[in-house]
This record gives sequence, structure tokens and C-alpha cells, in this order.
Amino acid sequence: MAAIRKKRKAFVESADCVACGCCVKVCPKGALQIVKGITAQVDMEKCVGCGKCAKECPASVIRIGEVEA
Amino acid sequence: MKKKWYDYLWIFSLAYLLLGFFNILFAWLGLICFFVPLIISLTKGTKGYCSREGGRGQLFGLLGGRFGLSRRKDIPGWMKSKAFRYGFLIFFFAMFFQMLWNTYLVFSGTQGLRQVVTLLWTFKLPWQWAYHGILFHEGAAQFAFGFYSVMLTSTVLGLITMVLFKPRSWCVYCPMGTMTQLICKVKNRS
Repeated sequence: MAAIRKKRKAFVESADCVACGCCVKVCPKGALQIVKGITAQVDMEKCVGCGKCAKECPASVIRIGEVEA
Repeated sequence: MKKKWYDYLWIFSLAYLLLGFFNILFAWLGLICFFVPLIISLTKGTKGYCSREGGRGQLFGLLGGRFGLSRRKDIPGWMKSKAFRYGFLIFFFAMFFQMLWNTYLVFSGTQGLRQVVTLLWTFKLPWQWAYHGILFHEGAAQFAFGFYSVMLTSTVLGLITMVLFKPRSWCVYCPMGTMTQLICKVKNRS
């Protein structure tokens, strides 16, 4: 049976996001953007799940989770 | 990542705070920090100011991050709740309008110039050393004292939450941030 490969990705709890953009500044891959000044959004294609955004987020609304590759 | 010109605007924020100790009239420059984010959110419908030009946040990021003056703990849930953020915005505005009212009273001659800086809306600190007279009406100086009080108070609050929680915790409940996010929500509703 083939093992299921998993990748780490960032997830934003949009309801609590204050759209400060701190995550945008620290993302080394440019995977985050603030959409319409309302919430941060992750580009899953670009995100490598490094966790820098989660560490930086002052509201702690970004978590790193695993998704199937 | 290559730094851009706006990554150095924390110097402006720091200089602003220091200049207020020498000549209170420099406080007027702080209006830039009020109008620029508002104009950006009203015209572009974005919060670009917060992540680009916001010098205050940069300063907290530098002190709490690079200089390690932050515990880097999660901010309590209630502080990021909408109730607190909108409540703080309303409170901040109420205090701001009270400051404008005091300015009006000096302009109208009802009240004399008070050379004090009010910290945390409570503590009146003598600040007469930073006032050297004014070419215009004394009301303009009263506004400077009031506005500097607002800026110093928000900086002190930001520094406290920077130490207790994450470096840029101020961004979570910053009234300007809450207001511009609200403007963006309304503007981009369609």
C-alpha cells in the first residue's frame, strides 16, 4: 500500500483576521496576500508551510496544517 | 528580502515621539498617520498602509522582534474579538472628539491653553518645556498637546502589549486598523 504523502500548508481563520499584513511581509514565497483589506489569503500553490506567518501573526489566526499532496 | 524605502518609516515614528519632547508643535505631523491609511482605504479599498507604510507597527516589530523585547505569546481571545476591537475604536473616537472639543474651547477663548500631555486618558503630565510659543492661535498648540497625548498613549499601549504578547499585538486592536478594515468591508461589499 502506497503511503499517503502530506504537505504542510498555512490556514487562515478569516473571521478573526485583522488584515494587518504582518504575514505578507514575512512570507518568503509571497504566498500570502490581503484580499480587499479584509482578510489574509494563502496561495496553496506557493505555500511551503514554513510557519513564519503563523509565528508572526499578532492575532494568532494562522495555523499550519497538513494536506494530502 | 530586499528592503524598500517604506521599511524604514519606523525612523519617522521614533523621531516623531522624540520631537514631541522638544517642541510639541511637531505633533501636527502625526495627522499623516491618520489621513494616509484613511485615504488608501477610501480610494483603493485596501489596508496597504498597515503592512507597508505603518511605521508604528514596524517600530514594535523591531523592538519586539529584532531586539527581543517581546514574550511572543498568543494574544488573549477577547482582545481579538470584534466586541473589543469595535468597542476600543468607539472609545478611542470618543476620547479623540473630547480632545477636539478641548481644542475648540481654547480657540473660542472659553478655556486657556493647558500645557499638559494626558497619558492613558488619565495621567496629566506637565509638558511646558516643549512649548515655546506659537505664531498662530493657541488653539493650534492645544491640538498639538491633545494629539500628542493620543499618539503617546497608543504607543505606550502598543509597547505594553508588545512585551506581553507578540511584537505587533497593537495591530490587532489598533483603532485605525479596525476602522480601515471596516471601510474596506463596506467598500468591497459588492
